[in-house]
Amino acid sequence: MNLQGKVFQGKSWGYLGAIVFLLALWQYAAWSLQTPLLPTPQAAIAATIRLFEADLGKHFWVSTYRVVLSTLTAFLIGLPLGIIMGYEGRIDRFLAPLVYITYPIPKIVFLPLILLFLGLGDGSKIFLITFIVFFQILVTTRDAVRKVQSETISSLRSLGGNRFQVYRYVLLPASLPDVFTSLRLSMGTAIAVLFFAESFATTEGLGYFIMDSWSRAAPDEMFAGIIMMALLGVGLFIVVDFFDNIFCRWQHLNGYKEGK
Amino acid sequence: MIEVSHCDFIYNQGKSQVKVYDDFNLTIERGESLVLIGPSGCGKSTLLYLLSGLLKPTAGNIKIFSESVKGTRQKTAFILQEYGLFPWLTVEQNVSLGLRVRHTVKRNYKPLVEEMIRKMGLGEVKHNFPSQLSGGQRQRVALARALTLQPDLLLMDEPLSALDALTRERLQGLLLEIWQEQRLTTVLVTHSIEEAVFLGSRILVLLDGRPTKVVGEISNPLVGKPGYRQTEEFFQKTSYVRSLLERGGLDESAR
Repeated sequence: MNLQGKVFQGKSWGYLGAIVFLLALWQYAAWSLQTPLLPTPQAAIAATIRLFEADLGKHFWVSTYRVVLSTLTAFLIGLPLGIIMGYEGRIDRFLAPLVYITYPIPKIVFLPLILLFLGLGDGSKIFLITFIVFFQILVTTRDAVRKVQSETISSLRSLGGNRFQVYRYVLLPASLPDVFTSLRLSMGTAIAVLFFAESFATTEGLGYFIMDSWSRAAPDEMFAGIIMMALLGVGLFIVVDFFDNIFCRWQHLNGYKEGK
Repeated sequence: MIEVSHCDFIYNQGKSQVKVYDDFNLTIERGESLVLIGPSGCGKSTLLYLLSGLLKPTAGNIKIFSESVKGTRQKTAFILQEYGLFPWLTVEQNVSLGLRVRHTVKRNYKPLVEEMIRKMGLGEVKHNFPSQLSGGQRQRVALARALTLQPDLLLMDEPLSALDALTRERLQGLLLEIWQEQRLTTVLVTHSIEEAVFLGSRILVLLDGRPTKVVGEISNPLVGKPGYRQTEEFFQKTSYVRSLLERGGLDESAR
């Protein structure tokens, strides 16, 4: 079996182990607490399967769409801007204070304004998540570019590389590993914000589904929503890892020896 | 001919200004192999950066083959300390990068890159990344990349300093071969007295101090002679270079 196959098999066993462990923990908690608020895993899984066809699937896809589109937007704006800020000192001196002042403000406080201007639909949710995730990607990328040693840039310049090529061949690849880390962190943030944004003024999305099940006192359905949220998170992590392995192959060479 | 005339180089360190070169003059003949030797921080690397066009002299003028240096030059290849390889590119991609940034068409550079990889004995590792190579292999990648540019001037900043003794001698042999085969004008910076005498047709002994001073200039006409390393002349040259370096050190402490 080739190397990638082995790694993939190892990861699958890891996921299986984690799922078995969590289910056992859950089962134990359900047995010992004996409360209707915490259903058994069997009940929750049964509800997931039962409801997926009905409307859970639709809520899942709506949430996936919102998270993916907003993270992608944040990435496409944050990455280039972060690289430019990291390399062009003059631009950074101007923009950094702006970022530092606005970054710590919880963007959620602007929700009323966002709802006013973008309405109750997808737009306001996507904007809010993008807004928050954008800062994480921007700051990480900028700091990654700052770490690039001047010799590495000199090396490309000495080959005849121009300014654009410094971006293309040095700054972008050098910052990508950190960018992927920030993307992984952003996934957690994005889903947390998603839940918040979907928990009011909407009738679509996993956040809505969970809050609605709660208010209807249907804990098995509520947990079906939680399971789908976990699946959404895992799915996104797998996608990020997949691209990480393609674009930062040089970072993942551990244990690989020539000829083996 | 390369002419460095009346060059000053000053850089700002915090609020003070450091004068590395003051009215510095140097001439290098075409086909010469010049070695710069001296203690750390004596401005050897700075001189290479000035010749490469990555740094500009504060005053004065540098002419390479009767053309004034304005920024980097197409036919100058520069191997930086630590080789300047890109860890995210494979051996093959590293070697072809110089030609790629010069917008050479792929089918034109492919054979040249292939040939250089084979010549440097990197065929088996061409899909590996720099982190998977030994120090000697990395140095050969850097050399291959420099030579694909078909330079007329090759600048090297302590290219062999991180290697073990045997690899080092083998690569010194390779450098000598390349220089003799192509009669490239080379400027090499080193810490090693042996290396200086083995590779330099002329050796410039520099002394740190602000500004940098040239304390000795030794011509070494026997360079490249087979078995030179084992001869009496080689030994005499190394002793002479050593004495210049040591005397320089004494002058420094007596001041």
